[in-house]
Amino acid sequence: MFIINSSVIETKQVHENIFIQKIHSPEIAEIIKPGQFLNIRVSEATFPLLRRPFSICDVEGENIYLMFNILGEGTRILARKNPGELIDILGPLGNGFKLDDDFKSAIIVAGGLGAAPFPFVTRSLKNKKEILTFVGGRTKQDVITYGMENYILSSDDGSIGFNGNVVQSLERNLDKIDIASSKVFGCGPNAMLRVLKDYCINNNLDCEVSTECAMACGFGICQGCPIESTSNTDKYLLVCKDGPVFNVKDVVI
Amino acid sequence: MSKVDLAVKIGSLKLRNPIMLASGTVGYGNEISEFSDLNKLGAIVTKSLSLKPRKGNPPQRIVETPAGMLNAIGLANVGVEEFLKDKIPFLKKFDVPLICNIAASTIEEYVECTRLLDGEETIKAFEINVSCPNVKDGGLQFGNDKNAVGLVTSKVRAATNKPLIIKLSPNVSYISEFAQVVKDEGGDAVSAINTLVGTAFNIFTRKPKIFNVNGGLSGPAIKPVALAKVLEISQKVDIPIIGIGGIMNWKDVIEFMIVGSVAVQIGTLNFIDPTAPEKMIKELEDYCINNKISKLSELTASYVI
Repeated sequence: MFIINSSVIETKQVHENIFIQKIHSPEIAEIIKPGQFLNIRVSEATFPLLRRPFSICDVEGENIYLMFNILGEGTRILARKNPGELIDILGPLGNGFKLDDDFKSAIIVAGGLGAAPFPFVTRSLKNKKEILTFVGGRTKQDVITYGMENYILSSDDGSIGFNGNVVQSLERNLDKIDIASSKVFGCGPNAMLRVLKDYCINNNLDCEVSTECAMACGFGICQGCPIESTSNTDKYLLVCKDGPVFNVKDVVI
Repeated sequence: MSKVDLAVKIGSLKLRNPIMLASGTVGYGNEISEFSDLNKLGAIVTKSLSLKPRKGNPPQRIVETPAGMLNAIGLANVGVEEFLKDKIPFLKKFDVPLICNIAASTIEEYVECTRLLDGEETIKAFEINVSCPNVKDGGLQFGNDKNAVGLVTSKVRAATNKPLIIKLSPNVSYISEFAQVVKDEGGDAVSAINTLVGTAFNIFTRKPKIFNVNGGLSGPAIKPVALAKVLEISQKVDIPIIGIGGIMNWKDVIEFMIVGSVAVQIGTLNFIDPTAPEKMIKELEDYCINNKISKLSELTASYVI
């Protein structure tokens, strides 16, 4: 982990309010792993003051990609960065997905902006494992397929794909999955991750999820991002250092 | 050009420069050592230690506010025993004064923590947290009560010969009265200020943004308040002051020294740029050279009013 200024190559709007930013950062690209994250300072001003955490969306050669929506002032400033402008990156941070485990099929389950880490996961697993991807969102505006392959869509309002949530969509397609040789990788809002956790535990599916929590530093000193552990209730784990990717068996979501 | 003397003294504690890292923003040193050469700093202050480990508050613990942040960590810490066993060996490797911050719910607990830590030679001084706003049992109750601050100071004083710093709450009418009590009861210095009590609400759910409802406000938003509190103490009480509150760069350090600080602590900035405090040392030296100041400590309380 280190701090580096890297230059923006381009920022593309791929969906309503979803941006993909391509950044030239050979130092980060060389070592970052799928599921890890970066803590980005969008300006030197005192507002916004804190860095913003972003999942690594993808890596291609010396370039890294971020996926984000405009949620407040920080992401608004980031989206407006021109090619050549520098952004201040602290990373790589946290623990990524364990992609080298003994499984044949990767089941990706992405809810809304929870799609962010999966283009890199898909790229890393392609040609090595079978991939089946479930992408869902509230409406079709929230269903993001950027960088995904072999996907099944769902939306809560039925405006695209299956009419229901992304875990129900997975459930409907369980016959396509060999439980014993599959591993689930999930990311999305906490409400979705809770349902996914219960579903996977009840169905004996191995499952890792990428969690999120408000944080300041991203590397353990602020203690701002606790998550309850299932094995030791005397002590919280930290999303930034112990996660953000956890096996669903290890944390209370 | 002769070298500038950056050294400062907090009572009998000598620091090679006035840049200290504030409690709760450096953990126990290991993470931040990946970004910064701790040996270059004036001192580091540990996360508040309590007698027993504390789990801290549930999420959400942090929210950003304009030019600042609110935190309600709830003094999550490993406790004195684990600190001595697991954290000290790492901290021993560095040649930087280590100051232990202690938080407690009772006067007896403050004394017991101090006693247990006092024998460890790596620890060069104690900073007593009487002003954490984020725990139900202790902290602010002590910090708001002059008699309690006096009693904590005198009892802890009796338990150690090491320099004793009391970290004061800004959430009082006259902070100088508290500094006077610290001085009267044998404290060597005060650090000012701890965070200001604040809150933030979600306008749609009408719920507080942090679990604890109230949190401690830090960051550049509080700098003018902190400067005024340091100045008030400096004008009224003859005691070394460690200035804290929203320092973002070397200019802020100079400003805190001018209003009365002998040294400063950098807090929230460590979360944003953990390399910044070390860089400030060179910038302070440059300021002195450019302004023909041979000893940085001359700046302390050099205000012109």
